[in-house]
Order: sequence, then C-alpha cells, then structure tokens
Amino acid sequence: MTMRLSRKHLTLIVLAALVALAPAFFPSNFYYRIGSLIFVNGLAVTGLVVLIGFAGQISLGHAGFAGIGAYACALAPGYLGLHPGLAMLGGAGLSGVVAWLIGRPILRLKGYYLAVATLGFGILVSMVLANEAGITGGPDGREVAELGLRSALAAIGIGLNNAQFWYAATGLSMLAGAWVALNLHDSPSGRALRALHDSEVAARTVGVDVARLKLQAFVISAVYASLSGSLLALMNRFITPDVAGFLHSVEQVTMTVFGGVGSVPGAILGAAVLTLLPQALTVLQQYENLILGLIMMLVMIFMRDGLLPSLMRRLKGRE
Amino acid sequence: MTLLSVEGVGIDFGGLRAVNDVGFSVSPGEIVSIIGPNGAGKTTLFNMISGVYRPQRGRIALDGTDVTGMAPNRLAERGLSRTFQNLQIFQRMSVLENVMTGCHLRERGPVLGDLLSLPSSRRRSAATSARANALLERVGLARAAEREASSLSYGALKRLEIARALALEPRILLLDEPAAGCNAVETEEIDHLIAEVAKSGVAILLVEHDMKMVMRISGHIVVLDRGEKIAEGAPATVSRNPKVIEAYLGTQAAEAGDAVG
Repeated sequence: MTMRLSRKHLTLIVLAALVALAPAFFPSNFYYRIGSLIFVNGLAVTGLVVLIGFAGQISLGHAGFAGIGAYACALAPGYLGLHPGLAMLGGAGLSGVVAWLIGRPILRLKGYYLAVATLGFGILVSMVLANEAGITGGPDGREVAELGLRSALAAIGIGLNNAQFWYAATGLSMLAGAWVALNLHDSPSGRALRALHDSEVAARTVGVDVARLKLQAFVISAVYASLSGSLLALMNRFITPDVAGFLHSVEQVTMTVFGGVGSVPGAILGAAVLTLLPQALTVLQQYENLILGLIMMLVMIFMRDGLLPSLMRRLKGRE
Repeated sequence: MTLLSVEGVGIDFGGLRAVNDVGFSVSPGEIVSIIGPNGAGKTTLFNMISGVYRPQRGRIALDGTDVTGMAPNRLAERGLSRTFQNLQIFQRMSVLENVMTGCHLRERGPVLGDLLSLPSSRRRSAATSARANALLERVGLARAAEREASSLSYGALKRLEIARALALEPRILLLDEPAAGCNAVETEEIDHLIAEVAKSGVAILLVEHDMKMVMRISGHIVVLDRGEKIAEGAPATVSRNPKVIEAYLGTQAAEAGDAVG
C-alpha cells in the first residue's frame, strides 16, 4: 500500500489553510469579526456533529451549555476572582458535570421526546440567566472582563489589533475542536457511537455499553457548546441571556444539518454559509429572510445529507 | 459439558404465548439447530437468550452462571455473540469498520485517549484493523473492506454480519437464518464457515429454514411449534418424528408418513 494522506489530515490541512489564507482577501477589519463568528459557531456545531451526527442523539437545548460557558466568563472573574481564561475552563467543566447529571435520565428518551427534554433544559438555563438579575444582570446582559492574552502577546512582539486577535484565537480553537472530533470519529469510542446510531440492538450485542457512550457524547458536545459560549462572551466583552436561548439552539442545529450532520467539515461549512448568508443578503433588504428561508428549504430538499456530503458525492459520481 | 443451558423459558406478548416452557442445552463445539414453522417463536427465543428480551419464565445459564435477563452487552462480555434475521448492519460505516466494531470489547479504552488520539488509542485501532481484515479474508469480503456497508449485496451482508459476530471471539454464536436469501454457492460457503467455527470449539445455535443445511451440519435439533418444544434429537430421528412432519406439512402429510427434508 502506498502512503497517502489520511482523510483526517487532509480535512485539517484544508480547514487550516482556509483559516490562514482568508484574511488575504479581507477588505476591512469588519471581516475578521465575521470570520470569528463563523469559527465560534464552527466550534459549537462540531460538538453537535459528535452528538447528532455520530451518536444520533438530538438536542434542542445546547445553547444552555453555551450560556453556562458564557456566564462563567462573565461572572467568575468578578465573584470568584478567577482569570477569564480559567473561568472558561471552569465553565467547560461545569457544563460537562451538568450534562452528565441531566444526560443520565434524559438520554433514555429517544427522538422527539429527547428533543423536547433538551429543549426544556435550554429554556431553564436562559430563564435562570434572565431572572436572576441580581447576579447575572438580567435580560439587559452584562459586561465581560478582558481576556488579557492580546496584551501578553503584544509584550512578546506579536502585535495584533483586537479583531485580528479574536480571528486567530477563535480560528485556532475551532481547528483544535475539529482535530479532536476527527480523532474521535476513527477511534474505538467513535466507532461504537456511530454503531449505536445505526443499530442500537446490534451495538449492544457486540458489547457496546450504549447508555454510557451516549452520555459521553452528550458531555463532550456540552463542553464544545460551553467553550463556544465562553469565546463569544470574551470576544464581545458583553453577554445577554439570548446566548442560552431557544433560537440560538435551533440556529446551531440548523447549521449542522444544513452543512452535513455526519461530517465535521460539513457542519463547519454550514456554520460558515449560514453566518455569511444573512450578511450577504442584507442588500435584498426586506426580502432577506425570505431568500434565506428559501435557500435553506431548497438545500434540504435537494441535498438531504447536507451541503458538503451531497456536493462530495456529486463530485465523486462525475469522476 | 454444557456451555449454554436453557430451562423452561417463556414469554408472552399481550395474550399470546410467544414461547412457553422451552429447554435445551448446547456444548462447546456443538451445532444445535432450532427449527419450526414461521411464527413458532425461534427468533423470540434467540432474543431471550441474547438478552434483547427478558424471559418472563424460566432460567438461562451460561457456563453455569445464571444470566437470565442480563443485558446484551454484558452477555457479549461473557462470550455470547449473535447475528440477526433481518440484518442489523451499521449502514453508514465501511465494511471494515463494521467488523472492527465487533472487536469493541477488545479495543475499547478511555474516551480521553480516543479524543486526543493518544498512542495507546491508535495502537488499539491498528490491532483491531488487522484482526478485522483477517476476518474479512475468512468470509471472502477482503476486497470490499473500504466500501460502505450499505452498498453490499444481501448475501455479502449476511457474511459481514457473521464476520462481525466472530470478531467478538465468542464462546457461543447464535446465527439467525444465516443462509436466508443466499444462493446455493453462498449457502455452501456459509455452511463450511459454520462447521469450521464449531470445530474450533465455539458452541453454535442456529435458526435456519434451509432444511438441507440444517440436516447436514447440526448435531442436535430442537423443533418448536407455536412457542412450544415438540421434539428434539439427532437430525435423523427428528426428521422421522410424526409431530414434526405434522407441524411442517399438516396432518395429511403426517398420515402419509412423508419425511421432512
């Protein structure tokens, strides 16, 4: 057999090249900002690929974990004196623990029962964030401390403006997230997850502890969501309970399914397209949402597996 | 020496006695077949033995340990493996990955190592891949290793399921109609494979409609009809049993004394 580049490495190289080269085409600083938003969403949808695409379990409440991650960065520095970077890790840990606790009972549910249960969790978190105004600042949101990494970098001679710094920070985070998810895909745990997605009964008979693996996937995806929420909060220096809201959950599931739910680069493409499209369609003014909705419907009708897997299949078919 | 012993097991679905008071035993290296008309309860019995259903009555023991109602993954840990009548393939995985998943108990490890692709995790995957390739060779699917499982023919999928079940290195293998939908050549291949596996000391429990195959390879046959055991014994004895002939062909045939097979 000849040595060839594995699909994992090829995917990572293409993603890294896109992240690194895109700024060459940026006419202004504003585009760094859009890029960062794509990467933050890209990180969140990668977690959903693990949960929905690999394990076949739906969640309509993952923004709840994004809320935990975001408010960990907003609150822990002030109340606990934690550095924002540590707050981000603490938030991820907390999200993992919460996911583990609620996942045990709700992952016994399947299909739309699971969807409604996770939906409930998301709503719960956003309600708490909105109502506990004394601590969280309520619906008006609250300021988030400066991460401080940019000034540290400047001190060692890497001078980036704020938009450029966040472009790099979120881009690297997304790449790291993609690397981890792609590792999982081809690992023993990843195979077991994909197996239980296709046939739970067959997975059990080869020895897969289905309940345990589903829970692991749920915790992993919650950590992804939490980190993306933290990055969003630190980048914007401001956060509102909307980060944990139902719309945010649905938006991210939509991006994942739109781009290709079983594919890490697919879901990231979905995040990119659905972050960019609304910006691009603003020229259409009041027709913006109409066209956006139409494009989404057409893609799902004609490309049911999502944008990237369908395109790849068509390309292979031509060869 | 008995590996699997089934004693008086039964289960009802609603008012229907799907299986009632069935018992038999299987020893290492032995091929025991369960036959009976459609709806006799063969697959239901399989589902109870493999832990998919919990029996409402009776007792199942594996190697002397009571395993009645034990979860399928726990039974797999004890060396029980199975295939499915209606195929339970991991459709979106490659042929090779399907068999690799069959090695799950051997290759599983800490999830953190899998997430970070630590050397230990990669080593486990590499070892599994080699084993799975060898098994695909054995069932004649080596050339299809990288194909998506859903693209295989029915007969090939049947063999893939057997390879996946063997990947567990079972002590007892339950095969639910392994030759269904296969042509004569494929059936003969499966036939040889089963005999070979039994020769290596694995106990085999077989449900199969192809009577020629059953008569040829079984050491012992258990006959079910309407959920009850109506006969058991060596192939030659069972095929002459009037009750068996009646269950299969109706009363007239039994009176005429036709043999099954």
